[in-house]
Amino acid sequence: MVTEISVSDSAAAARTSSAFLEVRELRVHFPTDDGLVRAVDPVSFTLERGRTLGIVGESGSGKSVTSLAILGLHNRSNAQISGEIWLDGTELVGADPEVVRSLRGKKMAMIFQDPLSAMHPYYTVGDQIIEAYRVHNQVSKAVARRHAIDMLGRVGIPQPARRVDDYPHQFSGGMRQRAMIAMALSCDPELLIADEPTTALDVTVQAQILDLMRDLQEEFGSALIIITHDLGVVAELADDIVVMYAGKAIEFGAAADVFERPQHPYTWGLLGSMPRLDRSRTERLIPITGTPPSLIRVPPGCAFHPRCAFVDRTGGLCPTVVPDLVAGPGGHRVRCHLTDQQRREAWDNEIRPKLESTA
Amino acid sequence: MVVVSMITFAIFFLVPRLAGQTPELMAARYVGPRARSDQYHEVAERLGFFDPIHVQYWHWLKAIFVGMEFNYGNGVEHCPAPCFGYSYLRSTPVWPDLLERVPVTASLAIGAAVIWVLFGVSTGVISALRRGSIFDRVSMGTALAGVSLPIFFTGLMTLVIFSYGHPFRITAPGSSYTPFTENPAEWAYDLILPWITLAFLFAAAYARLTRAGMLETMHEDFIRTARAKGLAERAVVLKHGLRAALTPIVTIFGLDLGLLLGGAVLTESTFSLPGLGKYAVDAVMRQDFPQVMGVTMFATFFIVVANLVVDILYAVVDPRVRVG
Ligand SMILES: Nc1ncnc2c1ncn2[C@@H]1O[C@H](COP(=O)(O)OP(=O)(O)OP(=O)(O)O)[C@@H](O)[C@H]1O
Ligand code: SF4
Ligand SMILES: [Mg+2]
Repeated sequence: MVTEISVSDSAAAARTSSAFLEVRELRVHFPTDDGLVRAVDPVSFTLERGRTLGIVGESGSGKSVTSLAILGLHNRSNAQISGEIWLDGTELVGADPEVVRSLRGKKMAMIFQDPLSAMHPYYTVGDQIIEAYRVHNQVSKAVARRHAIDMLGRVGIPQPARRVDDYPHQFSGGMRQRAMIAMALSCDPELLIADEPTTALDVTVQAQILDLMRDLQEEFGSALIIITHDLGVVAELADDIVVMYAGKAIEFGAAADVFERPQHPYTWGLLGSMPRLDRSRTERLIPITGTPPSLIRVPPGCAFHPRCAFVDRTGGLCPTVVPDLVAGPGGHRVRCHLTDQQRREAWDNEIRPKLESTA
Repeated sequence: MVVVSMITFAIFFLVPRLAGQTPELMAARYVGPRARSDQYHEVAERLGFFDPIHVQYWHWLKAIFVGMEFNYGNGVEHCPAPCFGYSYLRSTPVWPDLLERVPVTASLAIGAAVIWVLFGVSTGVISALRRGSIFDRVSMGTALAGVSLPIFFTGLMTLVIFSYGHPFRITAPGSSYTPFTENPAEWAYDLILPWITLAFLFAAAYARLTRAGMLETMHEDFIRTARAKGLAERAVVLKHGLRAALTPIVTIFGLDLGLLLGGAVLTESTFSLPGLGKYAVDAVMRQDFPQVMGVTMFATFFIVVANLVVDILYAVVDPRVRVG
């Protein structure tokens, strides 16, 4: 009896994941009239409690689609999802939608990209937070209301007892974003995904929101995923970074590693375009030439090859063979045909001097 | 309201005048065929048809508030306030007639409204959620027929379908209204066919509107947010999707109901229901000008009130419209 249980346990452990969140070879494809959109193709990463993961990549690289897949928010009739998503020992891709629903809001929550359209225009901010709380907590309206006011106060909304009855359109952009955060945090989720939480905001408010998220994460001890195309944001918050390009994770590693020793030519480009205080925002040091690829006709081989300055150094592999996401030293993974040696030389001799010369 | 009364007045007093009708000819319409032609001029004078337009308008308007004495040759008739005109053909004031017919039309309109909202909206929601399914295609095909077919056709079809070879037949046309207070069962029984006929037409339109609205709102970001909270799909659809899709429908509903309360002309005629619509048709047939004017004014009143109510309602259903 005892042995039987331990056997099945260890078998399960082999299949499951020991990480709090592990995304394995996640693919999300949308069949459309124009062809198959390979929005996520594929992405893998892990995340532990109390840690922050930044997902970066240019617009259309599949960041939002990835996070919606984790929450199970894709319409299964028009999205083909494969791979595995392990959240605290439960696999979500193949799970009963009802199980995933019961986890949404409670175990995992999301702060959406555009808080004005993400909130219902006909219900007050308070009602929407109350609703989120009551889905998972059997409490009276009055109790939930007190909780909502409390949450609004905690995310820094002045006079929360009065503002709780306002409609979203009566809030400013920054306050709506705070209210969104309050809504997402109302059931103390263990995993919080913030999809471009600061993009629509001006710089001062951006900084306030980022501070708030950091404080709240410390307070709640949750795992946090921050999605952005602003490397400055991840530099400030993230412990680990996933860089996405054309639906693929092309680099994944500790934030310090990715910033200090980036491995992928696309990441070099991103760093080159990263705004700094001593540099004007629009100026790109090492511009990434060309345009983002079509997700229907993804370039063969390495999807980045039409824009990469290093194509000719891999002996013709780049346009023909898709590189794997290979782990290097310290678990820093990269998807590129260049050898470690080549990458180190290119970074040390060609890229870093340019980045630092103007810094 | 002033505008309404002016328009009504203009239609019935000015248009005939502009069209070349003399006061005598108009008086002839008021007096009816029983009067001799040499009386026309005299009657026209007594009824004030030679007065300037604004005086005529003033008299007509005043009658609504304080009543009026009509002297049209065969003696003086008193028409107490609110005087919506006096039918010389019938020798009765119009107002009591209208009051008598309001319950019939109201029963028809409100009953049908309940049916069409329930059926139309639920069909629309299901169609939108199962877009492209058999249910969607069949109901949208039927709805298309519903909005395109004229009501006397659907009315006659309902009559045919429900009165032949069925245990439950409708009573003879013309006397088929029983007041609710007398016998609720009989009331509903008499009205069921007109309800279905009228409701079918509107349900069809509402189903199409609801479906279009739901298809749009279910793609909104706030629907995704509602799902992200872990809400059950049912609550997502009804509380978030339908709530947003209903806003324009509430507006249209108010206007439709106002319009119908003024008289469902075709349905009442088809089923011989003694409501305002039938009254209007009969009055037109008899060329009973005061009756036509009275019922028009009355119906217009409902439409204007409905417009006001809808404006207020709109602010209730859409908080973004509210001031402050
Ligand atoms: N339901 C869908 N059907 C078809 N294509 C889709 C669908 N949802 C997303 N896509 C496509 O997937 C791609 C990735 O979209 P995604 O929203 O993940 O980008 P993103 O990285 O979040 O970009 P941004 O920074 O602009 O938010 C886009 O090209 C988008 O058009
Ligand atoms: S695989 Fe080739 S094309 Fe792709 S990033 Fe590496 S060097 Fe550039
Ligand atoms: Mg996005």
